[in-house]
This record gives sequence, C-alpha cells and structure tokens, in this order.
Amino acid sequence: MGRWLDVELNPWGQEVLQGVSLELMYLAIVLAVLFVVGHMLWYRSRGFSEHEETVDVQGSVAGIPERIVRHTLPSRIFHWTMGAAMLVLLITAFVPLLGLEFAWVTIHWIAGAVLILTIIYHVIHSIVWQDFWSMMSMGAKDVREAVGHFRHLLSSKSPEPEKPGKYPFDHRMYHQGIVVVSLAAIVTGVLMTLRIKTPFWEPNAYYPFVDQAVAGMNEMGEPVISLMPGAATGLVFVIHGIAGVALIIMVAAHIYFAIRPDKRYYLWGMIRGWIDREQYLAHFDPDKWSVVDGSIQESPPGGAIADSTVSAPRADD
Amino acid sequence: MAIIRDMIPAFELFQPTTVEDALALMAEHGEAGWVLAGGLDSYDWFKDRIKRPEAVIDLGGIDELNGISDGQDGLEIGAMTTLTEIVRHERVRSEYMLLADAAEHVATPQIRNQGTLGGNISQDTRCWYYRSGWACYRAGGNTCYAAAPQAMNREHAITGTSRCVAVNPSDTAPALVALDAKMTVRGRRSSSVYDAEDFFIGPATDITRMTVLEAGDLLTQIDIPSEWANAHFYYEKVRDRGSWDFQLVSVAAAFKTSGNTIEDARIAVNGIAPFPVRLDAVERLVIGAAVDEALAVEAGEIAIDGSRPLKHNEYKQPMTSNLVRRAVRSVA
Repeated sequence: MGRWLDVELNPWGQEVLQGVSLELMYLAIVLAVLFVVGHMLWYRSRGFSEHEETVDVQGSVAGIPERIVRHTLPSRIFHWTMGAAMLVLLITAFVPLLGLEFAWVTIHWIAGAVLILTIIYHVIHSIVWQDFWSMMSMGAKDVREAVGHFRHLLSSKSPEPEKPGKYPFDHRMYHQGIVVVSLAAIVTGVLMTLRIKTPFWEPNAYYPFVDQAVAGMNEMGEPVISLMPGAATGLVFVIHGIAGVALIIMVAAHIYFAIRPDKRYYLWGMIRGWIDREQYLAHFDPDKWSVVDGSIQESPPGGAIADSTVSAPRADD
Repeated sequence: MAIIRDMIPAFELFQPTTVEDALALMAEHGEAGWVLAGGLDSYDWFKDRIKRPEAVIDLGGIDELNGISDGQDGLEIGAMTTLTEIVRHERVRSEYMLLADAAEHVATPQIRNQGTLGGNISQDTRCWYYRSGWACYRAGGNTCYAAAPQAMNREHAITGTSRCVAVNPSDTAPALVALDAKMTVRGRRSSSVYDAEDFFIGPATDITRMTVLEAGDLLTQIDIPSEWANAHFYYEKVRDRGSWDFQLVSVAAAFKTSGNTIEDARIAVNGIAPFPVRLDAVERLVIGAAVDEALAVEAGEIAIDGSRPLKHNEYKQPMTSNLVRRAVRSVA
C-alpha cells in the first residue's frame, strides 16, 4: 500500500491514510504515453489505413443529405466547455506536482464548478431533448458488433466488422467509463472543497456525515474520528486521486483518438456539427443511424440511433 | 504523546567552509539532509523528533555567509549574519533602522546572538498542530486541524490562506519586504535573486513551504537597496509576552515624506497570513496624501479588507487595523 497510497503517522503513532502517492500519477502518465505510442505502432504494423476512408458518392443517395448533423450546437458547446474544464482540472491538479508551481486551488475548484454545471446541463439536455438511452443502453447486438470489431483489429483474416450506428460501441463504453470516473471525482471533489474557503460555505476540516458513515458515532452522536483517524478524509482523497489519475489516461486516449487522421471525421463532427455524406456512408450503417432529409427516424430494435443527430433541423440547434 | 523530548536523535554532522561545499553536501544528501543556520528552529524540530535528518549541514563555518558590507547600492548582508550584529550595526541603525528595530524584537538577547537573519526569515511556521507532528496539509497530509471549528487557532491567519491557516513567524520578514530587500538564492547550477515580497510564498502556491527555497537551494545574501535608506520608518510588534514571544501581529512601514505628505510608501504586516502581507491598497491610498486622522483610520480599515477570521482570532482584525493606523499616523 505504501507505494501507491500515502500513509502518515499521527502523534499517537496511528497510521492515517492521506491519499494516493505521486508514483501513481507518474504511472498514469507513463501508461498514457505507452498506450498512445503502442497503439500508434501497432496500428501501423497491422497495416490499417492511416487516412480517413471515404466512399465515392455521386449525387444524392436515397435522400441522404450532403451534410449530416452529428452534434447540435448545444451539444458541442457542452462538449467543449466540459473538455476545457476537464483539462483545466487536470492541469491544475497535476502540473504543480510536476514542479511548475502556481496558485492552483482556486482555479481548480472553479473549473470543478464549471464541470458540474455543464454535466447538470448535459443530463437535463439529453433526457429532455435527446434520446438519452441511445448512448446509455447496450444490447446483444452492440456486443456482437464490438466483438466483430475487436476480432478484426486482432486478425486481418477476420471479416470486416459491421459498421456502427451513430455511437459505436467503444464510444459508449468510454462514455460510461468517464461517467463513473468523473462522478467519483466530482463527489469527492465537492467533499474536499468543503474544507477550503469558497464563497459558498465556511471551510470545515472534517466531514461529519462522511466520518459518521465510515468511522461510526459515539453515544453523543459525534463522529468517532479518534477510532479511525482521518478514515473518511483519507478515503475521499484516495478516491479523488484514483479518479484523477484514471482521467489522465482516459483524456489522453480521447484526445489521441480524436486527432488520429483516420478518425478525424469525429473531430470535425464535434467542431462543425456535421459530417459529410461520404464520411457517413463510409463509417456508419444507415440502418443503425438513419438520416433522411427532413425526418427523424425511429431507432430499430437494438440499434444505436440518437434521434438528435439526424440531418433535420431541431429545436435545440 | 509518547515522544521523548530529552535527546536529539543521532545524525551525521557536516561543517562545510564554502558555499560550494554546502551545496554539494545538500545535493548529496537530498531529502535526508538538513541545513542548519542558527539552529533555533531546527533544534525544536529535532528535539520533538518530528524531523529526523540523517545528515545536518551546519553553515556556521562559511565565512562568506557572514557579515554586513557596503554594496554598490545599499547594504549586503550575509544570510548567516546574526540578529545581534544587525541590531548593533552602525549603518543599519543610521539608515535602515526599520530592520534593526525588527531584529531587536526577535525573542531574547541570547537567541539574537545565535539566530541569523537568513534563519529568521526561512524558519518554519509555529502552528502547533504542524509542529506537533500532525499529518496536516503542510506536513504533506490532507487536513488542516487548525482551521476546524473545534480547533485552537488564536494565533493563526486571517488572510492569505489556502487550506493551511498557519502564519509566518518572522519578525524581520515584514521589515525586509518594506525595505524592498533582494534575496540571493544559490543552487548547484544557478543563482536567482528574488524581491523579498516574492521570496515568501503562500500555501496556494506550495502548501509545504513558506519560501521559494526548495531542496538544494541556499539563501546566501540579503541586499538592502539604498532606495529606502533614511526613510521614515515605523515598526510595531504585538505579542502576548513583552519579554519574549512570537508576534500576534506586526507591522513594518517605510515612508518617504514631504512635510506630512506621504510621497511613497511600502507597508507590510506579518502574523496575519502564511506570508508577510504587503498592503498595496493601503499604499495606494496614502501615497500622495496628507496624513491626518481620517487617512489613518481609512488605511486601517482597508488593511483588513477581505480578511476572514477563524473561530478564535477575530481580534487580529482590529489589531491589524490599529497597527496600520498607527503606522500611518506616525508620519504626521
């Protein structure tokens, strides 16, 4: 435990959990670099195309428009705001530990507050105006698609995998992962913010309710901190630290895939809001992500269609 | 607490005679090494067994760190110059009385004979939670025990805090900020000069340090520029015991005046934050103004703008306000 978690002795010789160690941050950075470099080399060695593949389409194809809306303006604003907040959080969390010192705490919690607000907006937006379950749900068909895709990645002899709907399986897996990790970071981050000076509350070094849950209460109803000193605090710091280092790897992977030449249509979709017809037909299955001029298609059973992404203009655009 | 305070745990003692040798030893021993100046902060740590260095590098034998000399612009004071030497130095007393005054307020004559200027400004905070070995933020942990609602925090900070609420304990630090002193810091490969104001850092920047000094850095010299020589000075320190104590609040001010009009000013307060606080807003208020009671009162009020006391140190707000008021009033 000593290598990955920091434990200090208090004046009574009791071990007090402090958080994750610096080594874990270095490990995350190394893993992120290894993943990116390793994937790049492996991808090249397997002979996959380094360039974006498109199909040659002449004229209109079955009512498919030239531009297909992939992300609405509110979705893009959310994404980039959230991304900026996340980057600020990671930079302010880890760069000072790497030696570039600056007053990071205030910037960090403000970025955290922005992240929380964007996520609240995102949840409401996706529940009320978007097909919430198209991103969250996963069925047997999705798993089959993912397995086929994975086999193709591992063996060139395996058949071409099925094309995905709007959100490929790996995108949805990443989304679920980042939801879990971000929520862990946010909940613990809010608890940590209770201890520092903000305009919202007076700082308190202890978390009575968390201490009560972790360390129990005495007959006076007070947290029995002395029985398990710093238990709640240490746990909160450990979870926040693990979530933080996990985010280093996840964000690095996300940026890497976003800027890969063969995946750049995703990036353009998130910048411009649309992809063109050639990209659509080359990379997506029209049966799973149906786009027809001026209409919104229903998701087929087990499909992965997000209705907010059809080419038809929507109220939130 | 099961801490035996009668003996210092053993360590290897090194007594270099040059700065280069000291820096080499510091690099060699890294985190396990400890730089010893006058020893008045260090021996507390050692006796309490909170710090247990394997190697102690005693700077006492390095001549180039000792003494006060005339520089090209003002005074050059070696970091190992004792506080007594500063208090007694003729030119310090005649031109920079603010520093002599502040140095004379440090502890007792015996301690001033042993304590050095470099050690006085580099000393660690006296927050008793931290000094008692609690794994607080400053000690690398994740809690400030002094900021808790249940804490005893009468001597702690009312401003400049960021998780840690400990205060800078140095008496000479605010005087050096007011005199716009320059600190020379040497490492093995480079040398840097910091304004006194920037030499001290707050917990928002690094919660485990009170100055820019990092492992391997050595404060070698403090230069007092002539810019503020013979200015009108004011120093006042409030402490629980008049004979010997750390400050509760202290103020150091330098004014350039014409009649009772302040032409320029530098004012610093210590004991209210983890670093000596330069009162820029007060300086802006008083520069160019004729001193009267209304100005002094307003300066005192501005001095505590944005401060936020803990449970037991609300008194520091009026105390700071009053000291600043008295500093400004002294010009009239």
